[in-house]
Amino acid sequence: MKAIITGKVWRVGDQVDTDQLIAGKYLTIIDPNELRKHVMEDLLPEFSKQAQAGDILIAGENFGCGSSREHAPAALKAIGLGAVVADSFARIFFRNSINLGLAAIEAPQVDKLFRTGDTAEIHLTEGVLRNLTLGKEQRFAPLPAHILDILDAGGLVEKVRRELASSPG
Amino acid sequence: MSGQTLAEKILERASGHATPHPGEIVVGKVDLAMAHEQGAQAIAPFLQMGATRVWDPERVVIAIDHWVPASTEGAAKLHHMLRVFARDYKLPHFYDVGNHGICHQVLAEDGWVVPGDLAVGTDSHTNMLGAMGAFAIGIGPTEYAAVLATGKIWLKVPPSVRISIDGQLGKGVYAKDVVLKVLSEIRTDGARYKAIEFHGTTSARLSMSERFTISNMTTEMGAKAGMFLPDGTTLEYLKGIAKHTSHPLEPDSDAHYERELHIDVEGMEPQVACPHSPDNVRPISDVVKEHVKIDQAFLGSCTNARMDDIREAARVFKGNRVAPGVRFIVSPASTKIYAKCLEEGLIEVFTEGGAVFTNSSCSACFGGNMGILAPEEVCASSSNRNFPGRMGASKARVYLMSPAAVALSAIRGEISDPREVL
Ligand code: SF4
Repeated sequence: MKAIITGKVWRVGDQVDTDQLIAGKYLTIIDPNELRKHVMEDLLPEFSKQAQAGDILIAGENFGCGSSREHAPAALKAIGLGAVVADSFARIFFRNSINLGLAAIEAPQVDKLFRTGDTAEIHLTEGVLRNLTLGKEQRFAPLPAHILDILDAGGLVEKVRRELASSPG
Repeated sequence: MSGQTLAEKILERASGHATPHPGEIVVGKVDLAMAHEQGAQAIAPFLQMGATRVWDPERVVIAIDHWVPASTEGAAKLHHMLRVFARDYKLPHFYDVGNHGICHQVLAEDGWVVPGDLAVGTDSHTNMLGAMGAFAIGIGPTEYAAVLATGKIWLKVPPSVRISIDGQLGKGVYAKDVVLKVLSEIRTDGARYKAIEFHGTTSARLSMSERFTISNMTTEMGAKAGMFLPDGTTLEYLKGIAKHTSHPLEPDSDAHYERELHIDVEGMEPQVACPHSPDNVRPISDVVKEHVKIDQAFLGSCTNARMDDIREAARVFKGNRVAPGVRFIVSPASTKIYAKCLEEGLIEVFTEGGAVFTNSSCSACFGGNMGILAPEEVCASSSNRNFPGRMGASKARVYLMSPAAVALSAIRGEISDPREVL
């Protein structure tokens, strides 16, 4: 995991729920590369077509509320997003993202700091978030060590794999 | 130092970490791990983790429910993957087609979750089992894979919210109305990451089915868990069906709550959550005045499709017909409930009046199986969510209410107040 993440910003608003991220009709799709084509297709149709690896999605409050579908962060991860930043996250979405190795960062009031197309820079361990386009910055509470460990391993799968491999029996 | 909340006591028991405080990360031992179709996505990470066995097959329940029997090829593949996985890893507790039900309901009716448990499930409404006095949470498939492999899960200890419910519920007013009222106060993000405890004289009087309805919709408040205190009602319900030993725990009287809320339901009228959010709640009399015409009525879901719900709706519906141009879908929460409805003659009550009484499944609740709404359509539903696109087209409008209100709305073709006929 990189300690500094830099990327182009995509903005969405408050209360973007998992139904809007990936509609119920796509839930039988497992392949993340197939899923990514349908991310936010009603809300922000250009996102799935134009978002690039390394881009940063910035949302308002309660991002990812709704169902526990991992399809939503899995599809965002398949795009290769550098991070998802929000005023606040729904609990399961936050866990799912971390467990998939997608950095999810809570930064209150972040939605006021960025516009689509700006460039963001995130210092993960220091908890600093910059808008390089506007020359503004704000701080956020850095993620706890346990979570950074999971992101460092690239997700929970690799973390558990290492644990199982090193535990006797 | 203040005492402990119910969440803190259960997490202390599960993790062995003495007096865990909100914000701390603990690793807890899981008492029950439930998977529905989304469990199929846990298989690949489980194998990638290098796991060779499931930590404890007696503590794993698989209950398919979203597409039962499989209604798409994709769903058929998920079911097949789970069947093969259950066979290869010797998981005996598989609720397959014919013995199926909505996952939370089968956990409840077969006593899989008991007081004091740390339970996890691949569905967000696993909160429903908090009604048992358990810490029951929804998790994603990757995390589920880690639980299958290790029997453990990392958790951030949540702050707790104490909600006291008091007062007598009037005629035509139900647990659903209570939880909608709570939602209107707490909103969809007011309990995010938090554990809710329900207290008060009304909470203590509620049946298990009513408690399930309320705990179920703590998910819509963003809560990590939504719990009732285990009592005589809980233990009575579990008598003869509990699958493992309970450890009834209670919060200390001096426990610290981040927020305390009192809801007085005395004289409260039925409530309706209007489009497009479960916290967009208004008293039913307001909505009735607007003559909201409906195209579909849905009595189903893990929130409200148990025997008391269906009986109450049948009481309203008996001898009536579905309004012209309206479809009324009734889907019991489990096959056991279906059988009971058959025995009590309730299926006939609905079908004679032009409703469709379906096999048990999540049915129209989530817009991916059946009863899907077209744009511009309006639905009166007993389920728990009405976000855009939840029941089909993102323009469709869904109103959430009690089963009795759904039944009367089906008869009249517009959203109606059940107190008028009860
Ligand atoms: S009935 Fe609805 S809310 Fe309940 S588990 Fe099924 S889809 Fe989810």
